[in-house]
Amino acid sequence: MGNPMKIRAASKDGVTEVKVLMSHEMETGLRKDASGNAIPAWFIAELSAKLNDKPVMTAQWGPSISKNPFLSFKIKGGKAGDKVAVTWTDNKGDSRTDEAVVT
Amino acid sequence: MTTQPLNRRGFLTRVAALGLTTALGTTLAPHLARAEWNKAAFDGKSSAEAFKALGVSATAESADVQILASDIAENGAVVPVQAVSKIPGTTRISVLVEKNPSTLAAVFDIGPDVVPDVTTRIKMGQTSNVTVLVEADGKYFTATKEIKVTLGGCGG
Repeated sequence: MGNPMKIRAASKDGVTEVKVLMSHEMETGLRKDASGNAIPAWFIAELSAKLNDKPVMTAQWGPSISKNPFLSFKIKGGKAGDKVAVTWTDNKGDSRTDEAVVT
Repeated sequence: MTTQPLNRRGFLTRVAALGLTTALGTTLAPHLARAEWNKAAFDGKSSAEAFKALGVSATAESADVQILASDIAENGAVVPVQAVSKIPGTTRISVLVEKNPSTLAAVFDIGPDVVPDVTTRIKMGQTSNVTVLVEADGKYFTATKEIKVTLGGCGG
């Protein structure tokens, strides 16, 4: 279970813009530690977003996404008080879901 | 009883309409359920390999696909990239970095309720072409932009 995500969701002119900041190492598997041993890959592989429990977007990521990933996307519709939920699953099977209320 | 707003027929019609919209809501986005992490695509060492693993055949450059990113990234570890498609029926947006050890960076499966406009931050080992691949109605469109990196993002 990773650290909480920061999610902001704001509705404007019928479009809800969602900004997500995740806390994850996003290790590529190509780097080596001080003693020369390869650091195993560890990254968010799958991601899904829901508006009021309805899936709106999914994503697959590779290790090329930056450490502590940022994601921004726009949902058609959505109004103040609606719930946006984002779930990620990393390549080790760890997973985390966080929610935010649309403002 | 002329003011009765909801007779039996009206009620049934509304229930049927509600059922229809619910059914549409669940069937409109079948591709959102198909995602299973595509290892072969992420292992691809070039756009050609990644395209093949993604099942992409013919691609066409399109002005309706945009990559919004700065020309020069000072820090290759954090390169903001915005991918926008103005093509109707866009279901999938992928971001590829040609010279990264793993070319494919991200695949976004866009539901009908989402604007095909996503922003994220990627790592770049060196100056490279970045390609946004858009799938719409089974056709593939691309846009490519070179981003110069002055400090690599994959070293120690």
